[in-house]
Parts: sequence; structure tokens; C-alpha cells
Amino acid sequence: MNAVLLLIYNAVLNGTPLLFGTVGEVLTEKSGNLNLGVEGMMYMGGALGLGGAFYYEMLAGQNASGLLAVLLAILCAFLGGAFGALIYSFITITLRANQNVTGLALSIFGTGAGQFIGEYMRTTSGGYVAISNQLKAAFMTSPLPAALQNIPVLGPLLFQYNVFVYLGVIIAVLMGFYLRKSRSGLYLRAVGESPATADSAGINVTRYKYLATILGGGISAIGGMVYIMTIAGCVWNHEGLSGEGWLAVALVIFCLWRPISAIFGSVLFGALMILYLRLQLPFIPDQIYKILPYVVTVIVLIFTSMRNSKDKQPPASLGLAYFREER
Amino acid sequence: MESVHAIELRHITKRFGKVVANDSIDLTLDRGEILSLLGENGSGKTTLMNMLSGIYFPDEGEILVGGKPVSIRSPKDAFDHGIGMIHQHFKLVNVFTAAENIALGLPGSGRLDRKAIAAKVREISDRYGFGIDPNKKVYDMSVSEKQTVEIVKVLYRGADILILDEPTAVLTPQETDRLFRILRTMREDGKAIVIITHKLHEVMALSDKVAVLRKGKYIGTVKTSETSPQALTDMMVGHSVTLNIDRPLPVDPTPRLEVQGLTCLDAEGVKKLDGVSFTAMGGEILGIAGIAGSGQRELLEAIAGLYPVAEGSILYSPDGKPPVNLVGKPPMEIKKAGVAMAFVPEDRLGMGLVGGMGMTGNMMLRSWRKGKGVFVNRKDPNALALEVKERLEVVTPSVEFPVRRLSGGNVQKVLVGREIASSPTVLMSAYAVRGLDINTSYTIYNLMTEQKMKGVAVIYVGEDLDVLLELCDRILVLCGGQVSGVVDARSVTKEEVGLLMTRVGGGKEDAIHE
Repeated sequence: MNAVLLLIYNAVLNGTPLLFGTVGEVLTEKSGNLNLGVEGMMYMGGALGLGGAFYYEMLAGQNASGLLAVLLAILCAFLGGAFGALIYSFITITLRANQNVTGLALSIFGTGAGQFIGEYMRTTSGGYVAISNQLKAAFMTSPLPAALQNIPVLGPLLFQYNVFVYLGVIIAVLMGFYLRKSRSGLYLRAVGESPATADSAGINVTRYKYLATILGGGISAIGGMVYIMTIAGCVWNHEGLSGEGWLAVALVIFCLWRPISAIFGSVLFGALMILYLRLQLPFIPDQIYKILPYVVTVIVLIFTSMRNSKDKQPPASLGLAYFREER
Repeated sequence: MESVHAIELRHITKRFGKVVANDSIDLTLDRGEILSLLGENGSGKTTLMNMLSGIYFPDEGEILVGGKPVSIRSPKDAFDHGIGMIHQHFKLVNVFTAAENIALGLPGSGRLDRKAIAAKVREISDRYGFGIDPNKKVYDMSVSEKQTVEIVKVLYRGADILILDEPTAVLTPQETDRLFRILRTMREDGKAIVIITHKLHEVMALSDKVAVLRKGKYIGTVKTSETSPQALTDMMVGHSVTLNIDRPLPVDPTPRLEVQGLTCLDAEGVKKLDGVSFTAMGGEILGIAGIAGSGQRELLEAIAGLYPVAEGSILYSPDGKPPVNLVGKPPMEIKKAGVAMAFVPEDRLGMGLVGGMGMTGNMMLRSWRKGKGVFVNRKDPNALALEVKERLEVVTPSVEFPVRRLSGGNVQKVLVGREIASSPTVLMSAYAVRGLDINTSYTIYNLMTEQKMKGVAVIYVGEDLDVLLELCDRILVLCGGQVSGVVDARSVTKEEVGLLMTRVGGGKEDAIHE
């Protein structure tokens, strides 16, 4: 593999957790809820996803099935994130508390909860949580046939990724289709743009907001699990996945609330995140590289607001609680 | 012949807290007719219609649709009974196309068939001559187009009873004509139409019947062909009520503020003020009357430097100095030019006060520039807050108590008290007594009169004609952004002001319009 191929390959791998985080948050934000708790939900997803696979293997022993481990990890991570999003939804939709404060609180809570669960698993299992190499393969190697993987150039470029890369792309494409082409997607966007309009048209605003936020939180949390199970090598460490959730929030803005654009955005962000490993320049510290994704987001924000395109704006009621009585 | 009415309201009553918005109202509406619902602001027109469209639920009384009693608890229920309401503030999603907006909330297949929806929208559009493009985004539309989309939206849902809440308020005369043509076509088609309005000439031009409300009470229904603008005005404003507000004669009035040919446009380019000229004198109260939205707010904001002025001048004459033109100066510079102007905005908690701060904090909003150095001076504002509390009898646990949690009357007193404390030469207030009880209102009236006797030019925008007639020295009447007359408040009658408000009898303006 030459350097460029390797960079692309690693960019995609590193971008995948972000892709899940972003697509989930896009769904949430399309309902008008700005959930800044992505970081927390991803932490919970990471810890619970690892836990799901780890305890499953502990119970099943030698007979553990890779497929089942992957499915269990996805399910546990999803439920963890969905639970966090449910708390957020109850506080912001039902109690109508401030979304920013609640989201930040969820980030702090989720980070703590994830750390707690991770550390608990680590200490109770003798200082090291990891799954067997056989199961690791299910998480970290490509599910596609060897014939495809071995095609020169195209193989590494398209077919050698782990299962989550393909899953992420499928979810993003489905989400894009749902938002643009389906009736329910149109209603969801109406809720996020103008809840009063949606309400007067007979759309159940509360239900849409709850469902989108909980589902979105679950999808975001899968991203946390993907990080732990692929990039971090199926091991819980102290650092966890610091910063991934915030990058996902930035990526939502970068991709202008479009799931399909998020696929390309996540690859770009993934590349920017690992650039310091691949392209070392003298006198430029790693930290400079690490702020690149945020710098790019700021630049995109400046350009979109300068262009003043009405199609490329955040959902109009993003961050606002909806009171029916105020209409 | 006893035919079934499209809608019949029987003894409908609606209360908001202690306020009775609708008091046992009876009303009938038939198919193939246009009914105008006429009344001043706060007469309960919109409340009544909101009960038909499912936004409010009546406390008492019953609603019959097609002769059957129904219960309308949500906008969806209203649609199920064929009732559609077009609100004054459009309920449209800006980033959606017309067709997408129209399809909102309707049952149908999971996949959105934009072509089928667009085709049906076109069909309705052609039938009534709307001429709307289903694929145009709402943010690219004019106000009139947006309104058309709202109308198509209710027709698409199969509504045959249409309620339009002040549909012409945002339209140009040409657009209004077009709307009226559409409404007449729909009447021919057998639809029942209610139009809420307070413009008499539109009532006379369009409707078959007129129902009049006044202060929440049903006054009566008349056939348009058998009535006159004069008779309708009398029904709308009622007879004068004596209030006994103390009104001393102005002492030595001097011109303080001279407004000449003031024209202002809003963001959409619609004229909000059109060649307004008048002089406000120090030592008198100039009342501003007019139906809501006639340009009162824009006029005050333009003088305060908050609303852009397209044409005209505002000359301010300070004591013993040459007049200064205030147009184009930012609010702070208007102050620096030596103008001490107090502005009591319409929306008292929105523009006037910070709800989360106490009285002291709010007093400081006026004086924060006075202090030296980086630290604020809390002593003087605190003293002022205590003085306002004492003098105006503000009921509050302490001057640090958040003003948001005070009652409306007390909030108003804090605001007026602060503005008066800056010893202005011009005091402007809009709807200063809105939502206040009688006693508090009188306190505010007396404060205004007190300022007048000190030689302040007081400009008072009010809703209640009775109050304007007894409080003010002169009344400027606005209609559609133009001055339809300046009258002497001591000799004018309520009916005369009422007619000026709706332009009828405004003579000169009518002539221009012909």
C-alpha cells in the first residue's frame, strides 16, 4: 500500500466513529433539539458496547460467535445512548429546560458514567478488559470475501474495512433518503423548522421530538462503541474517546445537516485527525494538527453565513423549546 | 324557510383568568356567503374564531356545524368538520416548497409523492385562479403568495368553511383586490367565509353580512346592503363613557418636536408610515389614536431612532437652542444631541426592562454610562429604585426582586417611573395601561398629566378612545400609516374619532384614493 492509499484507508477508519456520532446528531437536530450530550452518549456507548461483547464472551466461552458479539455490542451501545437521550428528551421536551445546559450536563454525566462502567469492568476483571483475538477479528477485519479484498488498489480502498464502516455508510444513506424522500421525514423537518406550524397541521410534535432524539442518541452512541472496538483495539483505557463527540457536533455543522455529506465530511475529519502521524513537518507540533477539524468547521461556518443561502441553515427552531400555549 | 346553517354558535363564552374575552356570543354563518366580523382591538374577534379552529376550547356554549353539535378540541378536529383558518401570522415552513407545506400533516403513503401533491395543488390553484407554483420555496414568496399558500392549504384539506384573520393587514391594495376576487369566486362555489377585519371600506365592499363585537360582547348582525359605515362605527365604538380623568389646561405650550413628511418602510418594502406630519408641544399631551398596526409603533420607534426612516425629518427643539434633525442618528447620539427622550415601549418586558434583574438593576440600564471607572455605581440607582417604589407604590418584596415576577401593573410603574426620573423633555409611551386595572391606570394617567404640567411634551399612544378623549389635549389619528386628522380632544366626539380611524369621513384621504 502506498502512502496515499494508507492515508485514505486510515482516514475512513478514523472517520467512522464520527460518522455515527454525526448522523445520530443530525437526526436529533432535525427535530429542533440541539443535544450537546453527544460526547457523553458516545462514552456510554463505548463502555456499554465493550461490556456487552466482553461479558458475552465470558459467558459463552470458547463457543462465542463473532457475529453475535458484534450485534450485542451494537445493541448495548445503542441502548446506552438512547437512555442518555431519553433523559435529555424528558428534561428539554417535557420539562422544557434549556437545551444547551441540559446537553452539556449530559456530556459530563455520560463521560462520568462511561468512565465508571469502564473502570469497574477493568478492576473487577483484573486490571485489563479485552476480548479474545478471535472476537476482535469480527470487529476489526473486513466481512467481505477475500477475492474482493485482494483486488489491487480498489481492494484496500473499498473492501478492506471493518463491518462498521459499511454499516455507517448504509445508515447515513438511509437517513438521507428518509429526510428527503419520505413523508415522515418531511414532518420531522417541519417539527425542527417550525413546531407551531407542524402542530397546527396535526403533527404530534412531542412524539417526533422524542423519537428522533432517542434514536439519534442511540446511533451516536454506536459511534463510541466503534471507536473503542476498532481504533482503540477493543480495550478500555483511561482516556476513553475524548473529544470524538465534540468533533461530531462540529461535523454536523460542517456537513450542513445532510447525512450524505456527513460520509465525506467524516472521511475528511478522519484524515485531519491522523495527519500528524502521516505528514510530519518540522517545528509543527501535533496539537496544531489536532485543531484542524475545528478550524475547518469555523471556516465552513463563516462561508455558509456569508453566502446567506436559505437552504443551508440550521433548522430554524434548533435549540428552542416548544410551548403550544404561546402560539 | 328554515335552512341548516353552516355554522351556528350558541352562547359561546371564553374567559382568560378574570378577563371575559367572549361573553355569551351567538352567531350564524351560511354557505355561499361572506360574513365580516367587525370590532376594535380586544373585542374578542380572534378569540371567537380560534374556538372554531380548535386553538381554544369554549368555557360555555355550543358550536353547531351543519346543524349538529360538535366538539372542536384541536386544529385537526376543525379540519375534520371542514373548518379552515388562515391566521394573521402564517404558519408555513420557510425552507419548504408550497407543495411540501400543503402536504404537512396529511395521512398518506410513507414515500412522499411530490408530483401527485403538486398536481392536486395546481388543480385547486387553477380552479380559483390562485396562480401559485407548487415547487416554489416559501422564502422566495411575497406576503401575498404566502397567504395564497395558506388558503390552498385549507382548501386542499377539503375545508368549505374558511376563516381569515385580518387577511388584508399585510397586503397592498392590488393584492387586496386580488384576494377579494378569489374570495368572491369561492363564495360562488358555495363556501362559507368569515373575514375578521376592522377596515370598514373592505367590509362594505366584500361582505354580505356584518357581525359586530364590542369588548367581548355580541352587538348584532346586519346585512351589508342595509347598513352604512356610520351605523357600523356606532355599533363598533359604542357610546362615550365618562371617566373623570383630571385634565388641566395646557400652560404655555411650545413646539418641541416637529415631524415633517415622515415615511418609513418595513423590511418587505411596505409603507408603514406615509408622509406623517405633526407637531408635539411641550406642556400638552398629544394622543395618538388608530387601529392597531396603523403605524403607531413605527412612529414612536422612528422618533426614538430605532426604526429606519426613508423620508422626512424629525426636528427637535431643545430649550434655547436651534432645532436638531433626529433622523439618521443612532439612539445614543439622539441622547447626546441634548435630547432627553423617554420611551415606554409597547412590549414592556421585551424592550424596556430586563426581566431577570431587580428594580435597581433596571434603573441602572439608563445610567450605566454615568459612572467613572470600571465599577458600576449602585448607590444612585438604588436610591432611585427606592424612590420610584415609594412614590408609585410599586408592590415588590425588595428593589432587588426580579421584575419579571411582579404583576403587570407594577412592571409598568417601574418602567414609567424610570423614564420620568430621567427628566425628559419628550415622553413617549405606547399602550402604557395595557392589561392594568383601573386604579393603576389612573396612577399612570396622573403621572402623564404631572409631566405635562412640568412642560414635557407627552405623546400617548392608546387603545381606549374614552381615555384618549379625556386625557389628551389633542389627538392625532393614524389610519394605514397616514394622518387622517388632528383633532381637539376637548371638542371632538368619539364617533368622529372612530370615523377618522377607519378613514371614512377623513375627506381629504378619501379624495386621494378615488
